Amino acid sequence: MINLEVPAKFKQLVDQAHQAAAEFFRPHSRKYDQAEHTYPRELDMLAALLDGLSASGGGAGAGGVRRGGAAAAGNQNGANLRLLLGTIEMCWGDVGLLLSMPRQGLGNAAIASVANDEQLARYQGKWAAMAITEPDTGSDSGAIRTTAVLDGDHYVLNGEKIFVTAGERADCVVVWATLDRALGKAAIKSFVVDRGTPGFDLVRLEHKLGIRASDTAHFRLDNVRVHRDNLLGSPEINPTQGFAGVMQTFDNTRPLVAAMAVGVARAALEETRRILTDAGITIDYDRPAFSQPAAAATFLQLEADWEAAYLLSLEAAWMADNRKPNSLQASMAKAKAGRSASDITLRCVELTGSLGYSENSLLEKWARDSKILDIFEGTQQIQQLIVARRLLGKSSSELR
Amino acid sequence: MTGDQRNVDGSRRGAMGAALAVLNRLASTAVLDRLKLRKPLERTVYQATKAGFTAAGAASRTFVVARQSAPQRPRPAGDDGLFDLTPTDEQAMIRDTVAEFAAERLRPVAAEADARCAAPDEVLATVADMGVALVGIPEALGGVGDERSAVTNVLVAEAMAHGDMGLAVACLAPAAVSTALVLWGDEQQQATYLPAFLGSNVPAAALVIQEPRALFDPFSLQTKAYRTTDGFVLDGVKSMVPRATQAELFIVAADVDGRGPALFIVESGTSGVSVESEPAMGLRAAGLGRLRLDQVKVPAGALLGGADAYVECVRLARIGWCALAVGTAQAVLDYVIPYVNDRVAFGEPISHRQGVAFKVADIGIELEGMRLLTYRAAARAERGKSFAREAALARRLCAEKGMLIGNDGVQLLGGHGFVKEHPVERWYRDLRAVGLVEGIVLV
Repeated sequence: MINLEVPAKFKQLVDQAHQAAAEFFRPHSRKYDQAEHTYPRELDMLAALLDGLSASGGGAGAGGVRRGGAAAAGNQNGANLRLLLGTIEMCWGDVGLLLSMPRQGLGNAAIASVANDEQLARYQGKWAAMAITEPDTGSDSGAIRTTAVLDGDHYVLNGEKIFVTAGERADCVVVWATLDRALGKAAIKSFVVDRGTPGFDLVRLEHKLGIRASDTAHFRLDNVRVHRDNLLGSPEINPTQGFAGVMQTFDNTRPLVAAMAVGVARAALEETRRILTDAGITIDYDRPAFSQPAAAATFLQLEADWEAAYLLSLEAAWMADNRKPNSLQASMAKAKAGRSASDITLRCVELTGSLGYSENSLLEKWARDSKILDIFEGTQQIQQLIVARRLLGKSSSELR
Repeated sequence: MTGDQRNVDGSRRGAMGAALAVLNRLASTAVLDRLKLRKPLERTVYQATKAGFTAAGAASRTFVVARQSAPQRPRPAGDDGLFDLTPTDEQAMIRDTVAEFAAERLRPVAAEADARCAAPDEVLATVADMGVALVGIPEALGGVGDERSAVTNVLVAEAMAHGDMGLAVACLAPAAVSTALVLWGDEQQQATYLPAFLGSNVPAAALVIQEPRALFDPFSLQTKAYRTTDGFVLDGVKSMVPRATQAELFIVAADVDGRGPALFIVESGTSGVSVESEPAMGLRAAGLGRLRLDQVKVPAGALLGGADAYVECVRLARIGWCALAVGTAQAVLDYVIPYVNDRVAFGEPISHRQGVAFKVADIGIELEGMRLLTYRAAARAERGKSFAREAALARRLCAEKGMLIGNDGVQLLGGHGFVKEHPVERWYRDLRAVGLVEGIVLV
């Protein structure tokens, strides 16, 4: 029976996440935007609290999703939807701080999604970052150059990784590397590298446009030896599905990045509505937009785009909960939410004038924070490519 | 003197310009006659337009009270508190039936109906036989729908518009009137008018809100209703009336004594009611026209519901138009995918180019958003929840993205999209209506 409301059983969780965002994130938003690279120690307490609530919708990677297992009968509202709703609320508070939540990294999502039971137990309670991008390889993650060579019971990793979110603070990093560059994408595997492993060197932390509360690390791997048990998934090079397995992580993480965009955009819309109301602008849902002030008409348009991003995100997570293939919907959600969040937060600054542009407001910060959400976990253009290939029935060699 | 001779753009017309204008008119007439381009039926439309307002309802039936009981309303839809995008088995069955009808009976005749400015009688008869409107009428009134079914209505409108939007409007227009009677009619109104909608001889009927002016606002009407000792007098002009020249029954929005809008039931045979054919850019198969109310006297019992009913009516109509936009936009996507895959340029299918492929991706993304917003608004409405916000946002998105999809649909076919050999130019014209229209359909 068609119904697109927040499930009744998750309302309490959404409320808790919202309060955590309001009480722990918002008061520290500006502080850690200005004090870039300073560890937000207040989050330790919140993380402990969230652990107690058993990953009650904390961060990007908290749950991850275990594939396989028979689909339960009937309509399911499960972990994916719950995590997504929690992420929206937390990012209504602050995207950068959510990305800095201990034990909630994207690496945790990868581990939760593809690790075997032994690995899952071994990394329980660890904070895992994710290292894919290299200086010369962004969206084309099949072209990475970091190598992994088996030497006895260990793999020896060599290469360079950039844009590693929470790389400095995490306990370990999930590093993508190729077993044999000649064998293409199928040879790409992910390895869990513990911080402190000899040869795994932090080169520097980036200075960024937004999400400055979140550290973004640059690593060099110089003969880093990791035990073969640290390889996630199968060590076999299977040309038919090897890379697909790694990429499958994205089906779970992309809706969550969409949720981050939905969260920050809602924060901007709410604040803008408040400011416009103070300025005497009434936003009327019944009268035609053209009969209202331009600011109100613009707001309605932005809110409509926001609603589309929000519902597309819920759809992608709901499909995962119901074991339906959701690559298409995950990319649709990410594409719509990414571009809408940039548009909405930037237009909100324009609508609110120097009030929104000033550092006395968080609007200008949200307009900077949102930009990365249309870039990481697959840029806008990569999402369009994926959606187009699916709709047109084209392979990656036909539609490049 | 030639001082009053003006060109179309208002600039002064010289002797040369005047000669060219006459020559142009003569030439076009000659060409038309030589090629016999004017089919008899098109001439009929032309005549109807040319004749101006004509008295309506010569053939209209007499509506009499069948029986009277307490007014019947469908109960709100159930709610299990879960997020769900799967229609019920019953909804899926209805949707699939309508989709089949749209593909087999609407799409093949859409181009001709567009040219004729009329829906074929056999199509309208089939819709009546299918009993689509019955879903919204409670059993006690002879229908089959005891539960509010806005989502079902959305699925039906969407599936029908995938065949053709103009024909869908013609087919669904009477159901809007019956739904309005179910939702807001009192026992007298339900007993008088609903029985006619239950059989196979469903009357042409229209829910009329639109007025012919720029920046039209349905909450600020120029059509007036003045209270008299024994009823109301209605006065004004309405536009975008579906099947205007055939309609036997109207539900008309008018401002009551300057205190705000409300709905009135007006039989087409009433003195002072006249109609005029007014074909438009699109939705031509719906047979759009104008309705003139010249000091039309209606009884006190013609007032349908109150101010709240009117607000609800405007919102439900907008959701209906969103559903029509979703169906038509889906038709665009389904049509352009094989086209761009088959069309070869520069040695490969044009879909291998990102400039083409990304447009297809964006059509898919925005269309799915339109659909979800529409479903959410309808699902809230049928559960008795507030839905002003959701209806407004769905309307905004479907108006803007629906038109974008229609525009891109033509663009992706290039010159072929501009000619009538392909249906995309019709969808382009139809989708323009979504941003401006009020009333006509209800969910």
